[in-house]
Order: sequence, then C-alpha cells, then structure tokens
Amino acid sequence: MIYLDNAATTRPCAEAVAAVTDTMQSCFGNASSLHRLGLNSEKVISSARKTLLAKLGEGEIYFTSGATESNNTAIFGAVETYRRNGDKIVTTAMEHPAAANPIAKLEERGMRVVRLSPKDHEDFEQAVADAVDDRTLLVSCMAVNNETGYAVDVKRLYRLVKRKNEKTIVHIDAVQGFLKVPLDGDFISISGHKIHGPKGIGALYVKKGVRFAPLLLGGGQQKKLRSGTEPVELIAGLEAAVKNYRGKTERFSQLKSHLVSALSELDGIKFNSTDKCVPNIVNFSIKGVRSEIMLHSLEQQEIYVSSGSACSKGKTSGVLAAFGVPDSDADSAIRVSMCADTTEEELDILVDNIRKGIERFRR
Amino acid sequence: MVKYGEIALKGLNKSTFEDILQKNIKRRLKDLGEFSYFRRQSTIYVTPEEDIDISVVVKRLSYIFGIGAIQRCAVFPKDFAVVAENAKEYLRDALECAKTFKVEAKRADKKFPMETPQIQQELGGVVLSAFPYLKVDVHDPDVTVRLEIRDNGAYLSAERIVGAGGMPVGSSGKALLMLSGGIDSPVAGYMMAKRGLVVDCIHYVSPPYTSERARLKVEALAEKMTNYCGDIKFYCVPFTEIQEALRDNCPEEYFTVLMRRIMVKIANKICDREGYGAIITGESVAQVASQTLTALYCTNEAAEYPVFRPVIGMDKKEIIEISRKIETYETSTLPYEDCCTVFSPKHPKTKPRIEDIKAAEASYDFDSMIEKAVAETEIKRFKCGEQTIDLFD
Repeated sequence: MIYLDNAATTRPCAEAVAAVTDTMQSCFGNASSLHRLGLNSEKVISSARKTLLAKLGEGEIYFTSGATESNNTAIFGAVETYRRNGDKIVTTAMEHPAAANPIAKLEERGMRVVRLSPKDHEDFEQAVADAVDDRTLLVSCMAVNNETGYAVDVKRLYRLVKRKNEKTIVHIDAVQGFLKVPLDGDFISISGHKIHGPKGIGALYVKKGVRFAPLLLGGGQQKKLRSGTEPVELIAGLEAAVKNYRGKTERFSQLKSHLVSALSELDGIKFNSTDKCVPNIVNFSIKGVRSEIMLHSLEQQEIYVSSGSACSKGKTSGVLAAFGVPDSDADSAIRVSMCADTTEEELDILVDNIRKGIERFRR
Repeated sequence: MVKYGEIALKGLNKSTFEDILQKNIKRRLKDLGEFSYFRRQSTIYVTPEEDIDISVVVKRLSYIFGIGAIQRCAVFPKDFAVVAENAKEYLRDALECAKTFKVEAKRADKKFPMETPQIQQELGGVVLSAFPYLKVDVHDPDVTVRLEIRDNGAYLSAERIVGAGGMPVGSSGKALLMLSGGIDSPVAGYMMAKRGLVVDCIHYVSPPYTSERARLKVEALAEKMTNYCGDIKFYCVPFTEIQEALRDNCPEEYFTVLMRRIMVKIANKICDREGYGAIITGESVAQVASQTLTALYCTNEAAEYPVFRPVIGMDKKEIIEISRKIETYETSTLPYEDCCTVFSPKHPKTKPRIEDIKAAEASYDFDSMIEKAVAETEIKRFKCGEQTIDLFD
C-alpha cells in the first residue's frame, strides 16, 4: 500500500496508539471525580495541555471533538462575546467548510462577510489586513489550505490585522498548518488525526486574555467553556502524536521536488500548488482524465490519493477556484499529500501508474 | 391472525398459494423464536410459543406479500364473561392513548349464544366503564376494538395493520431484475415481487470508472429489497472492458443503446443458465434518451425473455413515492456514479434505427466479451431482512 492522502487523515503513530490503549486500561477515571483516579486522569490532561501550549504560545487549551468543533467554538464564541466590537467578518474563499459554514450561518443572521481569494492578491496577508476596518469583529483564515497546500504567513497576518484594529479577533484554522508552519492567533484550531494522532480529538488554543462564550453547556468541565467528560485516552493519544511528530520541511521539500520533476515529464500536467504552498501537499491537474477515474485506478494498485478534498466525498468543493484554477482543471485535479514515511520510490511508483492511467483514460 | 389478500379469491389451487405463504411466513419469523401455525377460514393463525416481542413479529409480517391484513389478538374461550373480564387489561396499551373508539364484532360461529349487535353493545359498555374518558365514534375512531367469535375461540384485538398485499413471493416463478443505483429499478423489483415473483438482481460494475462505494450502494439497495422480496441472489457483472470497447469502436451517439443491449444480452445468458423466466427493468417511457420508444425498441430487440417494466407508465413522482415507502429512496439518492453515466454521450441519439445499431454492434466481437463477462460474474446472496451495509452520507 502506498498512502499519499495524509491531508485527509494520517496513520496513527505507534506512540499514539500505545498512549490511547495504555490510558484506557490504566487511567480510566473521570477527571472530575474527587478521588485519586480522577486526579490521575486530570494529570494526563494537564500534561497534554502543557505539551500543546509549548507549541502554540501563552494561553489556554480546550480539548474538543476535533477541528470542526474547534472552529465552531471559536467563530460563534468570539462573535457572541465581542459582538459590540462590530458586525463584519473578514475571511477567505479557501476556507474548509468547518469554518466557511459557521461563517455563512452568521452571515444569514446579519453579519457582513468579506471573502478574499489568494488569486486576486499578490500580498495576501496585507490584503486581509486592508479589508479589516473599525467595525471588523473577526478575521478567520486558515494557515495552510487543505487542497493546494497554500500557506499564509499567519504570524505576519496577525501583526498586520492587530495594527489595523487591535480589537479584531483573529481565528486561525491550523488543521493543516500545525507543526508545519509558524502559528499565531487569538484562536487556533488543531486536529489530532492530521498529525498521526487519533480521530475524534482536537483542540482550541485561546490566547491569554481572549474570551469566548461556550458552544456546549453541561457539567462545566474545562473551566465551564467546554462541557462533557474529557476523553482522557484520546487526549493522551493527541499528546503522544505531538511529541513524536516526525515531519520535516526540508525532507518534504526534497520529496516535492522529486515528485514535481517526475510528473513534469508526463504530458498535460498542470500544477495547482505553487511555491507559496507547503511542500507536503502537491495538487496538480491531469489534462483529459477526470480525477475520480484516476483516483480509482490508482486505488486498484493500492495507491491512495485524493481528488479535491475528501470531506465532501468527491463533490468539487469550489475551493480551487479561489486559486484561479478553471473548472475543467479542477475536474481533473489530484492531491498528493505526504508524511514523514513517504519515500522517493513510492512517488516513482505513483508517477509510473499515473503515466499508465493517462494512456488508458485520456480522452 | 394473518388474513389473506388476493389468495382468498383463488379457487381449487388456493392451498398451493397458502402453502407458499405459510412457508414464507415461517422463514421470516424463524429467528425470532418458536411459533405454531394453523389455517382456517382464509386466515393463518400465528401463535408465539414463547415470550416474543409481538410488535417485531407484526413489523416482519407487514413486509410479506400475499397478506391482506395482520391482526394482533388475544385468544379467549368462547364465553363473553371471560372476554369482558380480561378486556380492560388487554386493551389498556391501545386505549390509553386514544380519545375515541368503536367495537366491531364478527360471529363466524353461529352457535355462539349472543348475536353480533348485542356483542358490540355489551363489549362497548365494558370498554366505556373501564376507560370512562373514551367516546364512541363509529365513523372515524382512533381505535377499533374487534371481537371475532371463530370456530376455535374468541379473538379480541385492538390493532389491525394493512398487509403488503399481492401474491406470495415464489408463487409465480422467478425473474432477473436489472438493478442500477437509481430510484426506479428497486421499485420495479418490488412491484414484480408483489405479483409473486422471486426477484434476483443483476448489476454491472466498471471499476475504476465506478467506485467501490457505488457498488456497495447497489448492494445496500438489494439488501433493502429483501424486506419485501425475500432472499436475493445478486449477480455482479464486470463491465469495464465492454464499455471501453464500446467507447473505442462504436459511434458515440449510440453508446447508451448499445450498452443497454449488451446488458440485456448478458442478462439473457444468466436467465438461460439459472432458469429465470423474465427480465425486469426500471425503464419508464420518456425519462431519459435511452427510454424513448425507438430506443426501448432497440433494447427490447436484444431480449430473449419477456421484459417486465412495471414502472413504464409511471411519473417520477409516483415512483419516488413507492421508493420512499419501501425505504430505498435514501440509498438510491446517494451521490455515487453508476456505470450508466460513465462515457454517456453528450448528444445521444433519441431515435436510433435498429439497422444502424446492429451494424455498429457487428463492427466488433462483442459476443466473446459477453461470454467472458458472464463467466466472470460474481454471485452474492443477501438473506431476507438482513441489513449489513450501512451507507451514511
């Protein structure tokens, strides 16, 4: 099997699997219990919190069911809390539905929303900051786009936005960016299963001094801001994944240039990922071959890639349009996303099978 | 009490149908526990011999063709005093959530001392004194309490469900349904099973043009159909090579009709081999380009068996209504592509001429490909009522 769909999800690392099972067996207490078993679980959670904060900065960590919940919590929670700061949201046309749809819901309820496309702006970070005015309550922007790998310099974005309006809250969806690019934000969403951790666990980082209204009400866990018994085993798994993450930008860059040069020898390949993209994601269109057919033919050889974004099960997401990719190319787009274990040999086998696929399927 | 539908109208061969119906019921209830069966007066009496949830039994029975109505009953000796004494306890579940009721009595056993109107009146009085908040409504009651005095006992009931109707599956022979992922073909299969046919399914797959999910979707549909149709044998035909050959060797505008003819030819061979007496399709006139009169003629010309098209004259709306009722609609509308839409031409010929079609067909050796596809057809069996595939979109 050659797994090249790491932007969809990753194979859990051995350490994460061990942490989950060990914790389930030896540390099953409810962190809210007053007795020692509760305390043991609480210790696991505090340790994970510290590990995450060490990567993200000064502030607080709330564990969630995943990035969808983190995004919803940040977006709805910030708008409810800081409503008086304005009625405008600045976001991008490349957001994942987990951020785009909550924002669309707020738009239905009367917020003004501005969506910027990378294709329209040479200096995207500046463009986002320029769109911010004194009525802008929230900026929500992903760190790395899941379909193309396009990376926003979110540290710079944060500085530029705050200079324009220091009251504007900045939310960063860092599902694809966490551990890969430098991050900053008032809210940062991360997900466990994109970094070789378990599914069903994510976190929301909240910068010191920033507040939000909770999405879920209940038993008052996690400082009353995220009720629900903490899934201590999944939190342990997430921590193990963070501690053992082995992806390296330099290595991904080598792999990317290997892949790009091999693909470039084929006829009719057009790259949708540019040099503004992280090197672990390579998106390209194959002229005259629909993505789904190529995907399923690669699948027959046990090579797993993605067409567009896996979240919508093959439906074209329209996100590629934000990068100026025409519909005909979006229809034939393939996304290869690598991990630390990806090898040049695997990429060669991939390219070889794409070559065969082109011969058979091109119309 | 399982009351017959159409079988009740049969003459001398009635018992043949009754046997099949009873066998179908037994098969369907077997895994729930022990039941005893006996038949009298166009009714099959199904009596649980152990503690069994009767609502599950009733639900299962409601899918079985050949049943006109299902009545959930308590059996008492033919003594009105005994019935009256037990009525309150037995009817409580049904009457506690009702506002109005009426009593219907039937006296099949004419030796019973009370006459029908008297039974109705007195039982009505018993019910009213037990549940004083109830009002009598003879036209549109919330609950109808039925007491039937039959040869073998007094049957008290507050629940009567309309059965699936039709003829018992297996009483009319067996046929092969061309099952796609769409809305129409499961409905067509359901309708023919209702006429007593054993319905098995044939499906064509074209990996990598169609996905594993698309195939699973169709298997899920076949599973759903087993609720009504009973066990289903599922033939899965590898179709990729044929479609590629069609694409590369035949005029594009004939692609769909040629493809459907080859599908029918493969179905012919499966019918020959497995003894099916007919082919069933979900075609409906004028729905798509391959369902114009001339296109249907061209497809039909390839068939060596009668082709049943039970939805041929139905509107899409009517078909959807049935597909919702038989619970296939949601699965049918999952988005995965099936092999019919792969390579479908931009401008298909709506009025193909059979001579042109046959000439196109002759231009390539499809016969040996058909043989190969039949030989490589995979067979699966789906057990009645088992739902193992769950596609949650």
